[in-house]
Formats: sequence, structure tokens, C-alpha cells
Amino acid sequence: MKLSRITDRGPRPARRTILLTAAAATAVLLTLSGCSGAGSAGGSGGGANKKISIAFVPKQLNNPYTDVELGGGKKAAAATGDAYSVVGPNTASASSQVSYINTLTQKHTDVIAIAANDPNAVCSALNQAKAGGAKIITFDSDTDKSCRSLFINQVVAKDVGLVELKQLGEQIDYQGEFAILSATANATNQNSWIKYMKDELASNPKYSKMKLVTTVYGNDDDTTSFQVAQGLLQSYPNLKGIISPTTVGIAATARYLSTSSYKGKVILTGLGLPNQMRQYVKDGTVKEFALWDPAKIGTATVYAAKALVAGTITGKEGDTFKAGSLGTLKVGADNTVIVGPPTEFTAANIDKFDF
Amino acid sequence: MSDTKTRAEAAAAPATTPTPRRTGRRLLRSRDATIVYALVLIVILAAIFVPYFASVTTVSFLLIDAIPILLMAMPMALIIITGEIDLSVASTAGLSAALLGVLWHQSGSHGNIAVMFVICLIVGAACGAFNGFLIAVVGLPSLAVTIGTLALFRGLALVVIGDNAVADFPVSLTTFATSSIPGIGVPTVMVFVLVVVAVFAVILHFTPFGRALFALGYSTEAASFVGIRVNRSKFWLYVASGVISSAAGLFWVLRYSSAQSDSVQGLELSVVAAVLLGGVSIFGGSGSIVGVVAGVLIIRTVNYSLQLGGLPDTALTIVTGGLLVLSVVAPSVSARFVAARDRRARARLADAPAT
Repeated sequence: MKLSRITDRGPRPARRTILLTAAAATAVLLTLSGCSGAGSAGGSGGGANKKISIAFVPKQLNNPYTDVELGGGKKAAAATGDAYSVVGPNTASASSQVSYINTLTQKHTDVIAIAANDPNAVCSALNQAKAGGAKIITFDSDTDKSCRSLFINQVVAKDVGLVELKQLGEQIDYQGEFAILSATANATNQNSWIKYMKDELASNPKYSKMKLVTTVYGNDDDTTSFQVAQGLLQSYPNLKGIISPTTVGIAATARYLSTSSYKGKVILTGLGLPNQMRQYVKDGTVKEFALWDPAKIGTATVYAAKALVAGTITGKEGDTFKAGSLGTLKVGADNTVIVGPPTEFTAANIDKFDF
Repeated sequence: MSDTKTRAEAAAAPATTPTPRRTGRRLLRSRDATIVYALVLIVILAAIFVPYFASVTTVSFLLIDAIPILLMAMPMALIIITGEIDLSVASTAGLSAALLGVLWHQSGSHGNIAVMFVICLIVGAACGAFNGFLIAVVGLPSLAVTIGTLALFRGLALVVIGDNAVADFPVSLTTFATSSIPGIGVPTVMVFVLVVVAVFAVILHFTPFGRALFALGYSTEAASFVGIRVNRSKFWLYVASGVISSAAGLFWVLRYSSAQSDSVQGLELSVVAAVLLGGVSIFGGSGSIVGVVAGVLIIRTVNYSLQLGGLPDTALTIVTGGLLVLSVVAPSVSARFVAARDRRARARLADAPAT
């Protein structure tokens, strides 16, 4: 109000006032930037065990799967006493991730952990952050290799295949017919897991009496999966078990089994979300299923960040670091840390998980 | 500067109701000044209250994200001054980005990129001409037309590039796009942007064409009676908007080293918000380039400070929306305030000789 009253006096004084104000503002800004520059220079440095700041930049905020991952990171940071923060966009877009990376660079965050929405679009911002002294870790979704020190990945594809086969084998005494209910015919993940299962069936004598009769596809659609499961049981009356390596497929199949006469007789296993599968485990339709625990990714990221900042690892293949409850983790090929093995869920432990 | 405003409003004055010239001039002046004051105030507040804000890094990170908005705001300001709007700017930019990606990819990543730039700019001009034809020649309302082309051009971008992302642009160009002038932190590309801003400022404030735009915004009928070619002016404004938006899209690709179908998505709202916040009347007939530049900087400064303060995207969306509403509401409130004050002042003057 006061300002506009001054302007009202006439053209010249108004302009002079603007200039004066601008000059004053610039002076203030310059002084402040001088101060803050000196301050940050004094603040950095410190011993090997200093508390670090870790900022997570997920693909997008408010995604249930991501929230579990971040929860793991938060817990681990609380345990180690490091500063934990999460910033990120509401929609999964790379350009808004870049803005957040820039602000983190400016805040001199020690470690930026990002699940990239685009392997390249975030790269130049990450390189700027690196030039500013930050360590870069990717989790869940990798960037171009050159833009980060480490990639924290879920599991090894082979482990996923083997754990599902083992769970089924244990329950059907390693003999009889079984089928696979997968996602889509060309799903990369599922196909690689199925390939490892087939290799294992052929090479491991333990599984010699088990026979894979067919692989069917529910297209990761709940209704289709439900109908395909129904069809399987009609066309293969001797079926002992079904493996469904997809969260949609296993939930739909469990729903069909739980209300059919096959409940408890045909064994179902595969990859599922505990929250979706809880009721079927409790009512006895399903005894065991598996999935990696997303929280472990967050946990591993925090410990990897500490090790990188302390300088005990550089992220090269063969480096090892202690990761709290996860034990010792090792950096593998392509500077990638595999958090696995997959977690197996049963009636005994399912209530401990919430995702 | 003083010349600018006087001429601008001298051009506008004949078309308006015969309000006293001085009052009109004062109003305009105080409005422009208020916006600059607001910008300075916001910068000072941010420097004081937001940690790390007061530094050279801020200048570079803040301004580089302002570039596409600033570019698109120039033709947008002129279009809104004529009483129309162009909501298709971000989609036009997205289409150019996608086109550049595909051209570059098809050339095997070693074609003549300058030629591709020109092709993209021509396509941008064609997009603008399409809008201009429907609005100026066919006579359809700009809001409806450009909401339509907002979806249409984005759809074309999807057709052009599909769900691919092209990322292997020449490193020399992508580095140039993100580089800053050493010492002062201003992005190098800003130099070219300032040239564009200067050109638009000259066109709007120092040419008969620019003066005609203000007249157009006040009353299309009156403007055509005094010999202004209404349709031709509008048509060329949309063509200019297409070309500049396309240039913004090309910058976007180089800045993020990635061309996708969703590049620049949603930026039209920031552009319109910045232009309105910069004092351009949504009803047409008034506004200035100085104000618009300040408006863009206000939006960016507020957004960047909030990001630096660690606020989530949700808060940013709310603030941008709030500023937009404020920018529409504020002029009418302040106009009433000024009118009331003038009445009081006049009353005092009238009283003075009597006592």
C-alpha cells in the first residue's frame, strides 16, 4: 500500500524509487550470498563417521509400492541417525525430477537416490550434482550407467524362478502335473523367470517327477486371469499345482480357488502382494508365495549411501558394505547391488508386511 | 521506458472511454511498478528465509527453467492483449520436440541438426497458422480452437514418436543448452532469449502494429473502423506463437537431452499465469513486456524457493493456481482502491481553497 502511494506522486520519483529498491535488493542479495557461501564452506568436511544427508527422488509421490520402498529408507536413516528426505513430482515425469535434483544440488545434499523416469533426461542434472560433490545412487529404475555410482536393484531373475519352483515342489512332494499362469506372452520379466524354471526342471534331478503341462496367459487382467485359471482346472483334472509369477494372476487365481472345490487340493504359489493375498493365506487357499520386500531397497540405499560418502566403497564391482539388518551386500556387475533374495510369505509372517 | 508506457497507453487511449489521461497513465504506471516491487520483495524474502537461496547457483537453476516460459510468454502476452488466448503453446512445443527426436533418430544420429531445427520451426509456424486460420479467418473463438489444438498437437506428437524416447543428441549442443555464463550464473541461452524479449518489446511498444494490438483488445469494431487489419494482425500473432513455442520445444529437448511425446506437457498454464500475473489484462487492451518478464520471474522464484524449501509438487500446483487467481482478482481490487483514493484526493483538493 505504501509503495503504490509513493508511485502516485508522479512518473520520475516512481522510477527512481524502483531503481533504488532494486539496487538495495541487489546489495542485500550480494551480501547474503557472500555470507551463505562462507557458511557452507565452513560446514562441509568432517570425519568418516559424520552424519550424512540422503534425499530420495522417487518416480512419483503417493505410489503404494514406492511408499514401501521409501519407508525402508526412512527406517534405516532413523537407525543410523542420518538426515532423510523425500522430494519428487506428483506425476512420473523426468523434467520435474530435474528441478528437484537441482535444488538438492544447491543444498549440498550428500547423496541423491533416484528412481529415474527417463534414463537420460535426468543425467545432466545428476552430473551437475556430482560436480557439486554429491554421490548418486539409483534404485528401482536405473539411469544411464555413466550418471550414477551404484544401482540398487531388487532381485536376480534366477532367484525368482527358483524360489517359486521350490515352494511348489515342497507342497506337492516333488511329483505331479503343474501349470504356469503368466502375465502376457511377451512380458520380459515373467519370461525370464519361466525360462529359469524350465532350465531347473530339466537339469535338477529333484524335479524329475514334476511335469509342466502348459503355460497360459491372463494378460495381467483380473477377469481374464480368473477365467484362464478356471479353464486350466477343467482341462487338466490331474493338475496338482499352479505357479503364477505375477501379482495380478496369483490374486485372481486365489480368488477362484477359494470358492471352488479345488480349494486346498490344488496348490497355488507365485509372486503376490501380501495385502492382496492375506485373506487367501488365512483361509487356507494359499500356503506360500513370494515377492521381494520393497522396503529392503530403501534400507540398502541408505547403507550404500553411507559407505559411498565415507569412502569405504567406490561402487566398483566386488566392493562390499554392511547394510544393517540385510547383512553384507556386494556390488556386482554394472555397479549393481542386488538386494534379494525374494521374501517368502506364509501364514506365520504375512501380518508383518503391509504392502 | 517512459516512452514505452506513454506510447502504449496513448495508443490505447483513443479506443477507450474518455477517462482522464493522467489517471490512466498513473494506473498503468503503478501497476507495472507494483509487479516489479513484488518481484524484488519476493526475492528478498526468499533470500532471507530460504536456506541456500542467495547464491549464484540459484540464478542459473532458476533462470534455466524460466527460459521456455519466458519465450512462450512473449507471443502469449501480445495475443492476450488483443483479447484472445493460445492454450496450444505447450503442445506445439511438444510436437516440435517429438519431431526433432524422430528426425535425429532417422538420420542415424549424425544428420545436419540445423536443418532439422528449421524443419521443426516451420512445423511450429504451420501449427500457429492453423490456429490463426480458424480464429482470424473462420472467426471461431480462440479458447475453443486452442483447447482443441492443445489435444490435437499433443496427439500428433504421440503419432510421430510413439512411446519412444530419443536421447543421443550431440553432447556439444546439450552441454551448451545447460551451460551458464561463468561468474554470474546466467544461462548462456538467456542471451538469445533476451533478444527475443527485446524484439517483442519493440514490436509491442514502438511500432504501429503494437499500438494497433492494444486498440484491438479494447474494441475489435473500433479498431477495424480506424483502419487496423484485425484478422491479419491476429493471424500473424498465432504464427509467431507457433514459431516461438516450437523454439521453446527445441530448447527443451537439448536441455533434457531427451525427446518424448510428453515433453513440455502442461506448461501452458504456467505461461498464462505468468502473463496475467505480469499485469496483462485477461480482457485485453493492457499490459507490458516489462510486467510480463517480471511475472515470469515471480512465478519461477516462488516455485524455486518452495522446491528449495523441500515442499512437494502438490504445494507448487496450489501456489501456481493461487497466483493465477490472484493475478485476475488483484487488478480489479487495486483499480477500485485507486479510484476511491483519487476520489478522496479530489475531494480534499476541492476543499482546500474553501478553507
